[in-house]
Parts: sequence; structure tokens; C-alpha cells
Amino acid sequence: MRNRFADTFYELGKADNRLCVVVADISPAGSIAKFRNEFPTRFINTGVAEQIMIGMVAGMAQRGLRPFAYTIATFTLYRPFEMVRDDLCYQNLPVTIVGIGGGVTYSTLGATHHAQEDVAIASTIPNMSVIAPCDPSETEAATRWCAGQQRGPVYLRLGKAGEPDFSSKAPEPWQFGKIRQLRPGTDVCVLSYGPIIKQAFGVADRFQARGQSAAVYSVHTLKPLDSEGLAEVLGRFARVVVVEECAPNGSFAMRLQQLAWQRQAKCRIDAFTLQDAFIHCYGSHEDLLAAHGLSVPDICTRLGLN
Amino acid sequence: MTVMDRRLPERGRNSIDAAAARRRCRAYRKRILDISQQVSALHVAPAFSCTEITDTIYHELMRKAPDGSFHDVFLMSKGHGCMIQYVILEEVGLLSRADLDAYCKPNGRLGAHPDYETPGINASTGSLGHGMGLATGQAYGEKLKNTDVLIYCVLSDGEFQEGSTWEAMMMAANLKLDNLIGFMDFNDFGGLERMSDGHRAFYPLVPKAEAFGWESVEVDGHDAEAIVNAVTARRGGRPLLLVCRTVKGKGISYMENVPIWHYRSPNKDEYQQGLKELADAAE
Repeated sequence: MRNRFADTFYELGKADNRLCVVVADISPAGSIAKFRNEFPTRFINTGVAEQIMIGMVAGMAQRGLRPFAYTIATFTLYRPFEMVRDDLCYQNLPVTIVGIGGGVTYSTLGATHHAQEDVAIASTIPNMSVIAPCDPSETEAATRWCAGQQRGPVYLRLGKAGEPDFSSKAPEPWQFGKIRQLRPGTDVCVLSYGPIIKQAFGVADRFQARGQSAAVYSVHTLKPLDSEGLAEVLGRFARVVVVEECAPNGSFAMRLQQLAWQRQAKCRIDAFTLQDAFIHCYGSHEDLLAAHGLSVPDICTRLGLN
Repeated sequence: MTVMDRRLPERGRNSIDAAAARRRCRAYRKRILDISQQVSALHVAPAFSCTEITDTIYHELMRKAPDGSFHDVFLMSKGHGCMIQYVILEEVGLLSRADLDAYCKPNGRLGAHPDYETPGINASTGSLGHGMGLATGQAYGEKLKNTDVLIYCVLSDGEFQEGSTWEAMMMAANLKLDNLIGFMDFNDFGGLERMSDGHRAFYPLVPKAEAFGWESVEVDGHDAEAIVNAVTARRGGRPLLLVCRTVKGKGISYMENVPIWHYRSPNKDEYQQGLKELADAAE
């Protein structure tokens, strides 16, 4: 995802000299390094200083530029939170904050590097849009949208590198603000976003193996939430499963449950989120998800599929 | 390309009308005292300490395009000082009398902190420690656009207790932003106490700014001519910070250096006394 973002940004940046990238001491991966070499004045490194990273992109946007702030997810939102809220969101500036390694992607680094509440926190701020693509293909579509939009600030939550493709052959195109069917189905619907969608497909496969037709949707835009699209899903399926890499409070699952209550949905909803806990576990991304109870076998057991 | 009057006052020449500047500043203070009798939610003393600084920037430093719009940019980083900006914007016609009459009223658009995209307001501030970062981004943006626009930013001295201000100071110097000029309203008071009593390590200020790569000089922040001279005498090539020595509540004896006037609004008697002091000062 990181590399596809970089390739896409580089390509867009060649054509639009308003596009700039401001990083806070993160090594420029892939094509961002190429962008830096070709357009050195449009690549700025603030060093280990995230408050000025956000302050600068806000000021640059106020003077007509289209900057992206880019660093590890926790440091894009948590350290400079008030700059994100006041400078970007209150002033409603068209700036994209790219958070690399959302959720527990940085699985060996401990909770200081886990953006396990990022989607929930970003979604609470007025004017902020929140996008979490599931794979490189959605990352490209989202990056293109971010570079061209006038709507306001966006938190673009990415994984790291090496994520497989899930969506390039999807029956529906990526569209900001709309849920996206990646696999059709009729009995069960699995809703997910971000790289943890691999778990969603694993769960859907288990439903299939038991003779139940399971759809998978990418809820790539967490804010604004596609309430109508989701209400349609809640009405159409008897069972809806949420698999997400975010802490439970303020999660997509919580908002979906609220929507289900408001719309008096009859379906059953099973929600699987990160725990409301700092889990002192170090290992692979899979290991961390498992420690939070989000391995495919664990989810399937709790769904009664074993 | 339109021809603009982009001249800055010439070095060493007394190009300003100091008496006119004093007249304007007395009128601004009176206008703010008048408003304080309509709405008590305003920061009088913080506005009075940066009255001359703000007046000088608007009337002596910022250049205008032929259509009368400002070519340069003003940012009030100390958002609680915005009353002085509002009354100046009223005077130059960017805000109306009706705007100021509706200050802090639900049908108005002016609050006790400035709000971005209100005419003449180039940033939403109020939370301290944001303006220098915004100004740095704006100054760099103008560099990328290859313009000669200057960014003038007024900050409270208290804002220099915020780490974010120093992140911005370091970055602005890294980027050699010679189009960024900061004015520290050095009145030595936070909301609570005299900083030189409670925060001794905050001083000295000019060497700190210089150590962060800025050109810096201390001036009398109530002396328009000194401010203009300090700006025109700059060596250049880097951002400039004027450490402007000021008196919080300047011009009204009972407000000067009395912390409560950070927030308080004068009662009727105090208002009358204030008007009298301003009138006496005119003689």
C-alpha cells in the first residue's frame, strides 16, 4: 500500500505542482524518494516534529497548495492532535494526512506505535473525512481522490507494504463515501476495511465451506459513513459480520450497531474489533491480531462455525 | 502585471507620521473600551499591549495592491488579542460597523477569537502555539509560488512557552524563510502571573531566537517608528523576530500590568476613567 501510494502520488505530483509532501523524519519509500529528487522544494522533512508538520501543511493549504502530511499513523494524529483539529479541521482545509501502519501494523514495536484507535479518533472531528483502503488497488483510487478533492481534511489510513490484492477485480469501482462489494453473496455479509480484510475473506470462505453464501464489502470510507448503503445491507442479509482493526469504542462496528438500532434492522450483527486494551505482545501482524482475538479460527469459533 | 506599491519604508528614514499613529491607537483603544460596555467577553489588556504593533503592521508595513487589498498577510497568532485586529479591519473597511456591533452576539460573525475566512482573518487562532506553524507553512507556500508576499505574525510571549512554537521557529529557519516576520508581544504576563517571576528560564529571548537561526532584535513595542526601523534595518536572509517590549493593558493606568485585566471588562466607572485617560493622553 505504501508503495502504491508513493507511485500514485509521484504520478499525480508530476502533473500538479500544487501537490507537496511534508514528512516527519520517515524515510521516503519508493517513488516518494523519486519525487523528492525531482521536486526537492515540494518535499519537506520537518524532522521529529509532528506539530509543525501539521501546522505547515495547514498554512501551505491556506496559500493554495495541496499538501499531504505523511508519517507513521500514531504520529500523524496523536502527537499533533490539536493541530489536526484546529488547524486542519476547524479551518476545513483540503489536506491529506497519510497515516502509515494504521492499527497494529507495527507489530513488533509495542503500543507506542499502534494506531489502534486512529479511525475512531479521526472520525470524531468535524469536517474530517476518513478513508482506509483495503489493498494497493484501493490505495491508488483513494490517493487520486484525495489529490483532487476540495472537500476538506482527510485521514488516509494505510497499512505498510506487501499487502495482497483483494479489490482490483471487484464488481464495483471505488467511490468515495460508498461501501463497495468485493465478493457477492446472499446469506451473510462480512464488512471490513483496511488490510485486515484478509481476515474477512477467510471468514467468508468458512461460511462458504458450510454452504452459506457470504458477501464481502470494503467499508473503505469510514467518514462520511455510507448510511444508506449500510442500511440496505442490514435489510438484505440475515447475518452481518464486522471485522475491523480498531479499538471498540467509536469503532465502525459501534456505529453500525447504532445504525441498525435506528433503522430497526432485523439482522444479527457479530462485531470483531481490537480489544480495548494495550496488549503487550510482539510478533507478526497476524500474531498481534490473534492476540486481540482476530485470527480467522478465533473469529470463526465465536461465530459458531467450527 | 499590475504595478504595485511594494516599497518598504527606506532604511534610516523617518517615514512615518508618529502623531497620526498615536491618534489612531487612541481611537482603537476607545473603540475597544466602547465595545467592552456592550459585551463583557473580551480581552482588553492583551489587545492594548499589541495595539501599536498591529497598527504599525497594517499602516506602515503591509503593502497594498492597486485595488486596495493587502498584498501581504497578517496573522494574529495570539487570538485573544483579536479586538485590536477587528477595530483596525473596521477602520480599513474589511469589517463593517455592524460586524463589530454584533461582536460575540449570535447574529454576528466575530468572536473572542478570530475565525478563518472572516474578511481580513487569515487563520483561526485562540489556542496558543498554533500561529507560528501556520505562518511558517504560509511563508513557505508563498516561496513555492515564487511571490514576494510577506507574512506578518503577532504572537504573545506566552506562546513561546509552547513547544510547538519552537518546532516552527526551527523549521522556519531551516527553510530560510526571510518572508516571515514575527512580532512577540513581550508584555511579560501570562494569564496568571508575571513570567519573569515564575519562569525565569524563559529569558533571555533574543539569544534564544538567534540560537534557533532567526534574526532577532528587541524594540519598544509601543513605538511605531522603532518597529519600522527594526524591520527595515534587518540583515535579511532568514526569518526575523522582533521582541517587542510592551505593557499589558497599555494606556489605561489601572489595567497596566495587573493580571486580572487579561480577562476582565471595565465597569461603568472604570470605563469613564479609561476614556478620560485616553483623552488626557491626547493633549
